[in-house]
This record gives sequence, structure tokens and C-alpha cells, in this order.
Amino acid sequence: MNAKARAPRYAVRLIAALLIAVALCLLGGVSARALDANGQLEDPALQARFENIAKDLRCLVCQNESIADSNVELASDLRRQVREMLVAGKSDDEIFDFMTDRYGEFVRFNPPVDRKTVLIWGAPFIVLLLGVVIIVRIVRGRSRLPLDDEASPGPL
Amino acid sequence: MWKFLLPFAAFIALAVLFAFGLNPKRDIHALPSPLIGKPAPSIALTDVMDPTRPVNNSEFKGQVYIVNVWGTWCQACREEHEALLEIAQQKVVPIIGLVYQDQRDKAKLWLEQLGNPYTAVAFDTDGRTAIDWGVYGAPETFLVDSRGRIVYKFISPMTPEVWQREFLPRIAAARGAGA
Repeated sequence: MNAKARAPRYAVRLIAALLIAVALCLLGGVSARALDANGQLEDPALQARFENIAKDLRCLVCQNESIADSNVELASDLRRQVREMLVAGKSDDEIFDFMTDRYGEFVRFNPPVDRKTVLIWGAPFIVLLLGVVIIVRIVRGRSRLPLDDEASPGPL
Repeated sequence: MWKFLLPFAAFIALAVLFAFGLNPKRDIHALPSPLIGKPAPSIALTDVMDPTRPVNNSEFKGQVYIVNVWGTWCQACREEHEALLEIAQQKVVPIIGLVYQDQRDKAKLWLEQLGNPYTAVAFDTDGRTAIDWGVYGAPETFLVDSRGRIVYKFISPMTPEVWQREFLPRIAAARGAGA
């Protein structure tokens, strides 16, 4: 067999291997999801809402994980609570309120903008504005310097 | 002038921020409970020693009482057990135990071997009561006033010092609240 005949076969094998790897990753990903430890909800719309809510609720035992990712018992208790409330026809807001009434705003990864959280949400924009002001000041200051490099008395 | 003052001011601000934020004595896992000042959620479970005996916190209405959340899996609960026994001896207020994420047999054995400081011990079979109380670990200790409202939550092992410093003054105040 010459190299030319082998090349396509090699490509086929490579693609097959990649596909298997991707499939394994997907399967592994699915089976490792704490979220579906009790199976999926029958209604796909409910399941989608369930996933969104679980991702936004903090597992308070392992504080940087959501209850969708955590295998801790508290997370599984809270997931059961969310599922039951969804099946009982509760709205997303009612479920979030239920959780914040008991665990505080901290239980949410995306707390709604209100008087208490406005500073957190606003901080990046305040810092951005501050940066713009500083840059404008520096640029203006430099534009007043003489253009001639050699004559420049600046601190550069 | 500004050029020197501004970095200095920023340094001071950061130092103050870090002094609070990185304080090793601060427990980063201790979260303020939104239930403070709210009516205590109901406990309607059965006794860990006897599954036929109900435990209801409504029976304690009008009294100041303590709810202590524990489990045999929890090392810190073992640490605070001596203190709880000592506190129970003082007979200041009833202490309701809430067994969390545990097995009945294990909890029973624990109380038989180590002594039982509790007026009643409720067994939370499925964690629902704990969710209502905003419990996320153990030990957690709640103080309920005579009007049935949660006035304080302590997240850490109980010690005689904590009892003296944090609980006794609040118990005195909580007694006054309903009278």
C-alpha cells in the first residue's frame, strides 16, 4: 500500500475517533449531571425551567457551586423542592421567593437589581466611567505638551 | 498634591477593606438569616427516640425556646454536645433538637451514649423542615422568643462562653418581648 491509499483511511479513522470522543464526552456529561439524579421531568418545558432555576440557586454548603452541579444532600433536597413546586404549577418568581425567604438573597447567583444590589450591578460601570475620566485627563494633559520630543520636559 | 494623596487614599481604603474582608476570625460560611424577626416555621415531626410520639414546636408557644440542629455525621456537633448538656442542666429554656440528614438509629444511639440535653428531639426525615428554617449545615442554633419569632441564629458549635455572651442576654430580652 502506498501513502496515497492510506491517507483517506487515516482520515476516516481520525474522524471516527473524534466522533467517539465527542459522544463519550456528551454521555459522560449527561450521566455526571447532579441535576438529573432523579431523572428528567416529563414535560420538556418544565425541565428547561427546572434547569434554569437550579443553575441560578447557590448550594450553600459548597458556596461557589449551583444546586444543579452539586451532589451535596442539601442541593438534592433543594432540587426536589424546586421540582415539586414546578409540578405544582408555581411560577419561577414564586420559587425564587421561596428560596430567598429562607436563605436570603445570597442563594441567588443572579440577584435582581434593587436598592440593595444596585451597587454590585452598577460597580463595573462606575469603574468604567472612572477609567474614562482618568484617560481623558491624561490625554488632555499630554496634548498640551510641546510636540517636539527632544524639547519635551514631561516625565515620560 | 493630588498625585500623592490619591494613591495613599486608595491604599488606606484597600487596607481597611482587607482588614475586614480577610479577618481570620470571620467565618465566611456564616450567612445572615433572613428569618430573624420572622415567625418561627412550624416543626411537626416525630421524636427520634419514639416514632409514635409527635414533636411540635407549637407546644412551646408563649415560651422562649432554643432549636438546635445537629446530626451524628457532624463533628462540630460532637464538640458542642458537652456544652449543650451543661446548658440543659441550668434549665433556663427548653431545647428542641432537630436531627438533620441522619438516620434514626444512629441519632438514638448518640443520645443514649452521650446523654440527652434536649427537651424533645424532632427527627427530620426528608430535610423539609430544615429548608423551612433555612438550615444549610450543622450545628445551627436558633432562639425563638415568647411571641414565636426567631430572634437569633448562631452558626458554629455552642460553647459555655457563647451561651453566656450571646444567648443569655437575648433570652432575658426575649422573655420581656411577650410579657
